[in-house]
Amino acid sequence: MLTRVRRWGPGLLLISPSLLLLGVFVYGLIGWTIKVSMSDRHTAAESDGFVGLGNYVDLFTNDVNGRFLHSLRNLLIFTVVFLLGTMLLGLLWAFLLERGVRAEGLFRTVYLFPMALSFVASGVVWRWLMNSGQGDDAGGLNAIFGKLNLGFLQNPWWTDPEWGMAAMAVPAIWQLSGYVMALFLAGFRGIPAELREAAAVDGASTFQLYRRVLFPQLTPVALSALIIVGHMSMKMFDLIMSVSGAQWLTEVPAVYVWQTLLTSDYAKASAISVILLLLVAVVIVPYLVQTMRTERRS
Amino acid sequence: MGRMRRAAVAAVGALALLSPAACGGADSGADQEVEVFTWWADGGEKAGLDGLVAAFDEQCDYSFVNGAVAGGAGSNAKQVLASRLQQGDAPDTFQAHAGAALSQYIAAGQIEDLSALYEEWGLTEALPPGLIDNLSVDGKVYSVPANIHRSNVLWTNKSVLADAGVTAEPATLADLLAALDTLKAAGISAPLAIGKDWSQLMLLEAVLISDLGPEGFTGLWTGATDWNSPEVTQGLENYKRLLSYTNADRDTYDWTDAGKLLMDGKAGFFLMGDWAPSDFEAKGFTDFGYSAFPGNGDTFQWLADSFVLPQGADNPEGTKCWLKTVGSAEGQQAFNLKKGSIPARTDAVEADYPAYQQSAIQAWKTGTQVPSCAHGAACSQGAVEAANSAIGKFSSDQDLAGLQEAMSAAAAVGKN
Repeated sequence: MLTRVRRWGPGLLLISPSLLLLGVFVYGLIGWTIKVSMSDRHTAAESDGFVGLGNYVDLFTNDVNGRFLHSLRNLLIFTVVFLLGTMLLGLLWAFLLERGVRAEGLFRTVYLFPMALSFVASGVVWRWLMNSGQGDDAGGLNAIFGKLNLGFLQNPWWTDPEWGMAAMAVPAIWQLSGYVMALFLAGFRGIPAELREAAAVDGASTFQLYRRVLFPQLTPVALSALIIVGHMSMKMFDLIMSVSGAQWLTEVPAVYVWQTLLTSDYAKASAISVILLLLVAVVIVPYLVQTMRTERRS
Repeated sequence: MGRMRRAAVAAVGALALLSPAACGGADSGADQEVEVFTWWADGGEKAGLDGLVAAFDEQCDYSFVNGAVAGGAGSNAKQVLASRLQQGDAPDTFQAHAGAALSQYIAAGQIEDLSALYEEWGLTEALPPGLIDNLSVDGKVYSVPANIHRSNVLWTNKSVLADAGVTAEPATLADLLAALDTLKAAGISAPLAIGKDWSQLMLLEAVLISDLGPEGFTGLWTGATDWNSPEVTQGLENYKRLLSYTNADRDTYDWTDAGKLLMDGKAGFFLMGDWAPSDFEAKGFTDFGYSAFPGNGDTFQWLADSFVLPQGADNPEGTKCWLKTVGSAEGQQAFNLKKGSIPARTDAVEADYPAYQQSAIQAWKTGTQVPSCAHGAACSQGAVEAANSAIGKFSSDQDLAGLQEAMSAAAAVGKN
């Protein structure tokens, strides 16, 4: 008995602080949030009336102006553009660097640097760059387009009611493409040279080499990149707050939570938070399951 | 033996990780300190607060502790305040817009009834009865207003108007529309400057005052006026028409950016509260005119900053002394001279104030008072937020029916 405790005891003791902290501050509070989201606590006053899934149903069917659906639509546009942008640019840069350029280290650093900034800092700069004024009132990028006689490129950026969120993704793409590039570059470097040599011996063209040999090996890397960038996108808050502030045009669920919380509507804010958590979980959980399986196999 | 040592190390490690969590929480100050929680961290607001503190130091034996939280036009402060109230760690007093914005604190029992103190300090006589009615919930008053701002003021750039040949001050909405057309014909493409959500809500409110009259307008927020009546529809249509004269990128503008359009001569008119002139003057622009919004007549749309006595304040006696200072003639003068607003008390000496404030003091005494929704006098915080969202949507899609429905829903928020 004592020997068995001796075997797992110290290990358990070592992880117990983090286990305890995680249990209380992550899982405990998730549970608490779910409880509040099912209550009728819409003001600062305490209230424990149980309404089941009522708050969730209201969000989808009964929100004024379809506000919650609008924020989901904004998030969808943002996420699609953000993911496509970072993946394509990241892959392109990694491909170029992998082909062998001079001063590779310099380029790597240059592309990776934006990631070191916080979204708040870059958001303030991009707020200015993406000034929506045009013609004589132009500022930022629009002014540069105007000076270069590229006036047709001037656009309202994030203030466009339909596709503004695509513009909002531009700073995010700028910031994280370098990170995706680094992931892909590591992926390329991890492919044994023998495979390339074998392909060359078999007479594969460069296109065939990438299409049939190298890209398939990058799938796990691409999946990791998608997950990492994807879950960041779902939770996007700071960038939007610093570019546009909280307002209808650019509202996403995370900003909506903040707005509702400011007015002490705890039940509604919790319900949105739980939906947000589920959205992120849909992306992350299958990935975790898959990783665990591969780890067990090896 | 090795096992034992490892176990010991593990135990120490566990304790080390837990200890910082165990010893959090700062001690509250001594009995002589009064923590005043505001979002007045810089500019004229900070100067006003300093003036108030000087008066407080003279009148009271307590020492002032500045609990200001900067940023986000008060939204950061409100967030911090909400969590402190939740934890039962209330500051000794905090700033809040007077009126319906306080309703959530009252409903939650977080602030105390001050009616008896109003009597004791003579505030019942010193403040206009209309204001006290507006501040009261079930016959009880919960806050002491430090100042009054007027929100329905139309600012003009005199030389822009003169160059375009607009000589008479517009007295009605029709006049204003005609003047805007004249300016447009003179080559000013967006003659009415405006900023994002809440400043658009202010314009909507001013138009509705013109179309419904003061009583009908106030009824919109109390439930006495139907949001779906044809008069309101008319008002919303007028608002839509006015919006077509404004800068198209309004949703990217803070009010100071919109004010700059007026200063730079890119616009002739600008609707904003009377905190605007101190910003104009700070930037060297003095060529401005002002009047009540056309069609508003002598209606004075007000908002006020006020202070409260939170339940469970550490030092309620000190807070009461602070509130007494805030309500006193000296305190209000010290505060308002610097902040650019006017005293809520009707016994202010006009001659002590600059020109604009003198006219505002007159108008406050003689005009019909209506509360502002955008600044929380008529609307709860939830209602303001919902209204801003509806206004922001309208700014991008111009859907009148949607606006009417959403505003109606917003006015009902927090009322149940």
